[in-house]
Amino acid sequence: MAVADSHDTHDDHHDLYDHGEFIAHHFDSAEQQFDSGKLGIWLFLVTEILFFSGLFVAYTLYRTNHPEVFEQAHVFLNKYLGGLNTIVLLFSSLTMALGVRSAQLGRNKNCSVYILITMVCATMFLGVKAVEYSHKWDMGILVRSSFDLTYTHPTPTTEIGKSLHISDYLVYLCIVPALLFAGFVVASAISKLINKNMLAKFLMAMAITVSGYFLGVCIGIIFMSATDAETGSSHASVIAEQPLMLLASTQDDHSDGDHDEADHDKADHDKAAGDPSHDGEHSDNEEHFGAHPADGGEASFDDHHPDPSTLDRDIGIFFSIYYCMTGLHAIHIIGGIIALGWLYWRSLLGHWRTDYFGPVDYVGLYWHLVDLIWIYLFPLLYLID
Amino acid sequence: MVDANTRQKLFGTPETNFLNCSKGWKSWAFTLDHKRIGIMYLIGVTVALFLAGIFALVLRSHLFTFDSTMLSDDMYNQMFTLHGAVMVFSFIIPSIPAALGNIVLPMMLGAKDVAFPRMNLASFYLWIIGTGCLLGAILSGKGLDTGWTFYTPYSIDTNTGVIYATFGAFILGFSSIFTGLNFLVTVNTMRAKDQGWFKLPLFVWSLYATAIIQVLATPVLGITLLMLIAEKTLHIGIFDPKYGGDPVLFQHFFWFYSHPAVYIMILPAMGVISELISVYSQKRIFGYSFIAFSSVAIALLGFLVWGHHMFTSGQSLVVTLIFSAITFTVAIPSAVKVFNWLATLYKGSILLNTPMCYALSFIFLFGIGGLTGLFLGALSTDIHLHDTYFVVAHFHFVMVGGTLTALLGGVFHWWPKIWGRMYNDFLGRVGCFLVFSGFNLTFFPQFVMGSRGMPRRYASYDPEFQAFHQLSTVGAFVLGIGILLSFVVLVYAAFRGPRCSSNPFRAASLEWQSSSPPDFHNFIQTPVLTDPYDFESQVYDEELDTYIPREFANPDKVAPRKEPVHH
Amino acid sequence: MSEHNEDLPAFCHPVSTKLLFGVFFGLIGLTILTVATSALGTGLGMPPAFAFPLAMVIATIKAFLVCAFFMHMYWDKSFNVLAFLSSLLFVTLFIGMTMMDTGEYQPTIEAFDRNNLANVDVSE
Repeated sequence: MAVADSHDTHDDHHDLYDHGEFIAHHFDSAEQQFDSGKLGIWLFLVTEILFFSGLFVAYTLYRTNHPEVFEQAHVFLNKYLGGLNTIVLLFSSLTMALGVRSAQLGRNKNCSVYILITMVCATMFLGVKAVEYSHKWDMGILVRSSFDLTYTHPTPTTEIGKSLHISDYLVYLCIVPALLFAGFVVASAISKLINKNMLAKFLMAMAITVSGYFLGVCIGIIFMSATDAETGSSHASVIAEQPLMLLASTQDDHSDGDHDEADHDKADHDKAAGDPSHDGEHSDNEEHFGAHPADGGEASFDDHHPDPSTLDRDIGIFFSIYYCMTGLHAIHIIGGIIALGWLYWRSLLGHWRTDYFGPVDYVGLYWHLVDLIWIYLFPLLYLID
Repeated sequence: MVDANTRQKLFGTPETNFLNCSKGWKSWAFTLDHKRIGIMYLIGVTVALFLAGIFALVLRSHLFTFDSTMLSDDMYNQMFTLHGAVMVFSFIIPSIPAALGNIVLPMMLGAKDVAFPRMNLASFYLWIIGTGCLLGAILSGKGLDTGWTFYTPYSIDTNTGVIYATFGAFILGFSSIFTGLNFLVTVNTMRAKDQGWFKLPLFVWSLYATAIIQVLATPVLGITLLMLIAEKTLHIGIFDPKYGGDPVLFQHFFWFYSHPAVYIMILPAMGVISELISVYSQKRIFGYSFIAFSSVAIALLGFLVWGHHMFTSGQSLVVTLIFSAITFTVAIPSAVKVFNWLATLYKGSILLNTPMCYALSFIFLFGIGGLTGLFLGALSTDIHLHDTYFVVAHFHFVMVGGTLTALLGGVFHWWPKIWGRMYNDFLGRVGCFLVFSGFNLTFFPQFVMGSRGMPRRYASYDPEFQAFHQLSTVGAFVLGIGILLSFVVLVYAAFRGPRCSSNPFRAASLEWQSSSPPDFHNFIQTPVLTDPYDFESQVYDEELDTYIPREFANPDKVAPRKEPVHH
Repeated sequence: MSEHNEDLPAFCHPVSTKLLFGVFFGLIGLTILTVATSALGTGLGMPPAFAFPLAMVIATIKAFLVCAFFMHMYWDKSFNVLAFLSSLLFVTLFIGMTMMDTGEYQPTIEAFDRNNLANVDVSE
């Protein structure tokens, strides 16, 4: 406790740590500090759960009162992409748990590696999410007021979009990560030049983290194409043009060999058919449908590709809830990445000791909660039958 | 026993204290000291109180005559909305916990600070940003006319600054969560050695119960307001009936937070009153564990009654009955507290100084406010009284008659501890008298008007109500003068008041074992754990002219009490 | 299961890597199971009404595994566990009470004439 002669510390009392390394002045012991932080983070998780609870109430309400909307809407979500993201997040939870273990044992180097893997998984998750989002925006699957399902995929207009045959929206979603990546690489090189090696290493790790996003985008595109025939997202390939489309079909044949071939045919069928009601307005955009091998059958819709005119007018509410839930979750992922970046820096500085590892433990708990919420979002949004 | 020098050091007037230990604006703006943050909060909420109070006086002036043209109808709507929103989100919710609680709570536990000092400072800055956004609705030139409740679908359709205001309330919610989370952890992990849960002052119990609500309910407000912003900008169709949404769902969301929030406002006030009644009766609090558990009971029951705000909104009969029944049960823990306070007063050695006058006013006003709540919780009477001035009078009796009165009482009680200077007790009591009488003059006529059918939120009214409205307006100005006088008395005392000793009131909770003003670390030496309601543990020391724990006293120079009691 | 050696402070409980990997593979298995039952379940004769409860049961088992082992709840102070679980109680309360009510006025919302706001009829 404070003693009578502690007055001389007053001038610099903004510094929390005036006795003992990493034990703030108002705590008596490392254990008291750890217990306080631990209870604090648990209570924070409580607030997070209640924060999400509003969206779960909205979900339950609309699913109960309008089950038909959910039946109609779920076909537009690709459960394999959702499953992939679930596995990515679970893996990141594993590496986070291993990171906590390393910190508890004071192994700073191991800890930094595990944290880096966790961050890469996090950005991969966001990359896959970006593919999903841009794909839906292409089809006009938006929130309630702007929902306008067309099944069309606008031809890319951006230079990058044209050359890579990817949706404009996906290009836009990649701009900030690309800038961040370039920024980190350049900053890392400059730090190296001025001999700030630790900083250079940190910035390079951040660049690697951001590159996980692009890995996620690539995997997302491939995965989405590969699972084309299986789900309603078939039209849905983000890839609007032939070459990659062919790639997608090839992969289809290999990976989905055991699936009903008729299903596959039907999907192609519909690609050709498009949506008659939009024929006139979107002739430009639908060029690629013509380019796709099609057998020219009459327009038909099935469970996976319902006729937009038969859909419930409030189907957009499902997607409002979908965007709110997954969007809020994605914001939490971004927050988590920032916190993990801070932990990575402190691991490089070698701060963790067997009696001081609290921050890793706390951020770890937060990260597992983000995973936990996704564990529920996945069946609630993607696995509706 | 300790020697005279140590006694002087521990309980005498210190040379350095938390106010003068560092200087310059930075030492305040970036301070992590809970006492300084508490003082900044106190200044902040006072500004909010005056601002919203001015809105109220403008409203009352407008209502002086039934055909007044002082404000346009639109202006009137904006005025009552901002009065409500600023009072609720920026003033009452942070007033006692974040301002007074921040200063006192760690000291009551014998701790040096709250568990997370940086989060505490962040809470204050979020408060500033949030209040700024709330007021941004005016500065943007659009105003805000939804009422503080932001009910859909009107809040979606109106063109006023709903987004600024809801964003502000969202930020203020986080400020409140930070305070609550901090207090929960502080009470759990930072109590003095051997200070068990039942050795805590009741103010700590009430802040703990409040913090439970802040942590559990406020996040729901956050998501509600975010969804409202999304609804307003993107039209997501969750609350807006034009897009298939459910507007009543908003009311469920809003009141899931805002009813418990009512207990965020009143519980800390009850805690302050428990301290004041006991100290100024110099008598052990009656029914300690009942008061302690009734705080927790109110906090938990508070989550089960939100639907009583929605009796007329088309709610199903079953739910209405459940909510009405549980609403009545809230009266039980509230009454437990009132009866225990009255029992504490019985045969006590009562000192009628300013804080005690406020405490007694509280019991009277809260009694009326609480009992009229039962009228509104009953289904049949509520249908008649819903959205009338009766409701307005009811919640003002609880919020102003309860919380504001307790805040003033608490501020007067701890003021000498914070500044080391004494206020003018006569003027303090005059202020209290003006607040009490002005308050009753303002709001009692509103019960009568409301029961006769005067609807709330109307800019004009039938001439038959004019006499009541005029009484109410006069009362509002008396109340305003009373608050202003108290403010002047307090500010004068802080800078020019006579020096006072460490424990002038013979209180026994730990914060009175620090010097006045306290040291930066709160206690120069670990305080001796005393029962907060055992006043015999404090003895009068002639040399220092103060009450100190018996363990520190010089046995030759103490008296059990100083006669006559000086304050 | 948490290896605790004498050199570590009392509050430090590292979990063995074996256990962490075991939990991870369990979680992956459950994820594959839930996708598989969703994709193939009805084809294999599972009544459609079971699909949703089954998915939620699997999700809850996964959540339990994450909480107990990744989040160290198994070794944590019971107060922390209580605090966390209490949040679920309040979420249940929130969903439950709201759901009990909202069915009542759905017809009013359905009857709401969205295109002509002047003709809003709220009488039942």
